[in-house]
Amino acid sequence: MTGIRGQRDFGIGVIYLALGLAGFIIARNYSFGTAGRMGPGYFPTIISSLLIVFGVITVARGLFRDGTPIGAINWKGIFLITLSVCAFGYLLERAGVVVALLALILISAAASERFRLEIRAIAGLVALIVFCTVVFVEGLGLPMPILGEWFRN
Amino acid sequence: MDIFANLWLGLTVAATFSNMLYCLIGVFLGTAIGVLPGLGPVATIAMLLPITFGLPPESALIMLAGIYYGAQYGGSTTAILVNLPGEPSSVVTALDGYQMARQGHAGRALSTAAIGSFIAGTIATVLIAIFAPALAAVALQFGPAEYFSLMVLGLIASIVMASGPLLHALGMILVGLLLGMVGTDVNSAVPRYTFDMPLLADGLNFVVIAMGVFGIGEIVANLEDEADRTVMTKRVTGLMPTKEDWKRIIAPILRGTALGSLLGILPGGGAALASFGSYTLEKKMSKTPEQFGKGAIEGVAGPEAANNAGAQTSFIPMLTLGLPSNSVMALMIGAMIMQGIQPGPSVMTEQPALFWGLIASMWIGNLMLLVLNLPLIGLWVRMIAIPYNLLFPIIIVFCAIGVFSVNNNTFDVYAMALFGVVGYVFRKLDAEPAPMLLAFILGPMMEEFLRRAMLFSKGDPSVLVTRPLSSVLLAIAATLLAAVLLPFVRKGRKQAFQEE
Repeated sequence: MTGIRGQRDFGIGVIYLALGLAGFIIARNYSFGTAGRMGPGYFPTIISSLLIVFGVITVARGLFRDGTPIGAINWKGIFLITLSVCAFGYLLERAGVVVALLALILISAAASERFRLEIRAIAGLVALIVFCTVVFVEGLGLPMPILGEWFRN
Repeated sequence: MDIFANLWLGLTVAATFSNMLYCLIGVFLGTAIGVLPGLGPVATIAMLLPITFGLPPESALIMLAGIYYGAQYGGSTTAILVNLPGEPSSVVTALDGYQMARQGHAGRALSTAAIGSFIAGTIATVLIAIFAPALAAVALQFGPAEYFSLMVLGLIASIVMASGPLLHALGMILVGLLLGMVGTDVNSAVPRYTFDMPLLADGLNFVVIAMGVFGIGEIVANLEDEADRTVMTKRVTGLMPTKEDWKRIIAPILRGTALGSLLGILPGGGAALASFGSYTLEKKMSKTPEQFGKGAIEGVAGPEAANNAGAQTSFIPMLTLGLPSNSVMALMIGAMIMQGIQPGPSVMTEQPALFWGLIASMWIGNLMLLVLNLPLIGLWVRMIAIPYNLLFPIIIVFCAIGVFSVNNNTFDVYAMALFGVVGYVFRKLDAEPAPMLLAFILGPMMEEFLRRAMLFSKGDPSVLVTRPLSSVLLAIAATLLAAVLLPFVRKGRKQAFQEE
């Protein structure tokens, strides 16, 4: 492998470092003030600086100390789950809650190894969509169109 | 006595028909999600927060609290029946509870857990009623310096409960503080870290973060190992403990209650640590320690009492100081803020009905659990058998609709998806997100108190250590930090978490 001995330490350290640096640089646009009269930039600068320090320590630990490797990453799961939630957000007002839920459930369910379109699953799918439409839209009155802009006119 | 007058006031609030109903819904839902592995009280409470907006504050908090302590009950049921702790706090219950079940004593193990939890819950309710007013009285003298130090203590304490390396947990606190600064600065009206997006002017919504990290992120992590779950489908018989059992369990229950109550009050303590501590204690006290791990009833009674007592008393710092001691309490604070109630010592004096009603409801809820849980075992057993691939799409649906309903805005849905990825990445890197969420909630308050303290002291930071109460709080925080760094405690933590 590479010179990274503790993958987890190194990975999270890089994240801390990146967030700290970003926070620090952006906070320079806000006035710092004095300790007695702190400006909007005071607290963010302190926190970001600390984060940079922790980032450096953690990265260093990742380089010089052995740790358990990260292991397999569930790319399919993270991709499909994220896609399903974004699809729901995209379709909710455009196509309406019924279509959005259909996309959300089908795409997310496909993330499982055991995804199969069988009778029981389809029945559950229909029941869940009907339940959500009745309870959340009709019952609780959430402003979600049952059929969205695409289906009007 | 004041306590009785107060508890009576609480009972009159909690015992109304609608509040009893919300309490019942809460404990029922809590038990259900405690039974279902992969869905915890944090995600559930985050999911249900938007629904509670329309309820009166008492009903909302009574229901949410019910979910939390109901989950402790449910978690122990799966631990005993299938050796799968539904909640981290019931990890040790599985050690002896599952062995008892295998020997055909599942009924006795379940009833011991239920009775132990009920006794602990009753005692803890009285403890809250006694100590909460005293603590709130102290807290009323707090100035900004004390509050700042208190929050430092709370954050440091939160790393004790976090699994994974301490360095990661400390970093997560800073990440949380940074995320908490997104939005308009209250003092100067300068928008910070908003990237010119008007939707970020009010800051990130903590429901979005909680649901993304604890809901969506956890699902992705759970999908990595879809193991088959085999349920002990044998009929559960012999529910009542024998006379002999009673003699064996009463002392462990009382010791567990004492230990759990103590650890619950400490910020960062909570139920998981309490049950582990109680198990170790019972094993040490026992004349037959070799029976532990082979179906010792004391090993079920003590930890179950401890985790329930800890769950209850963790409400004390939340209710009296406005300081969340774990992620669930952080969400409860969020619920209060959304209901327009400023958390802190004034809740008790300004909202006595809410305060005492919530406390009384915990006792009623525990009684409901005792009565409900055992007859419903059959239902819970069937719920354990629900495969995760049918369950998780439902969780995602409720998360998506729930997060949309907070502001009726699809931006929050996308943000939740993003935090889902973030949550998964953090988990893969051994960085527990709970301290981040706590810091996110406490951050804005911390900054405000620090600013005010520095304004009063004209920029002299020594005010944090020269004011006696503040210095005591900081000293506790420093001691705690030193203690977790000691190898002995670290070993203990490793043991407590390795079986998760």
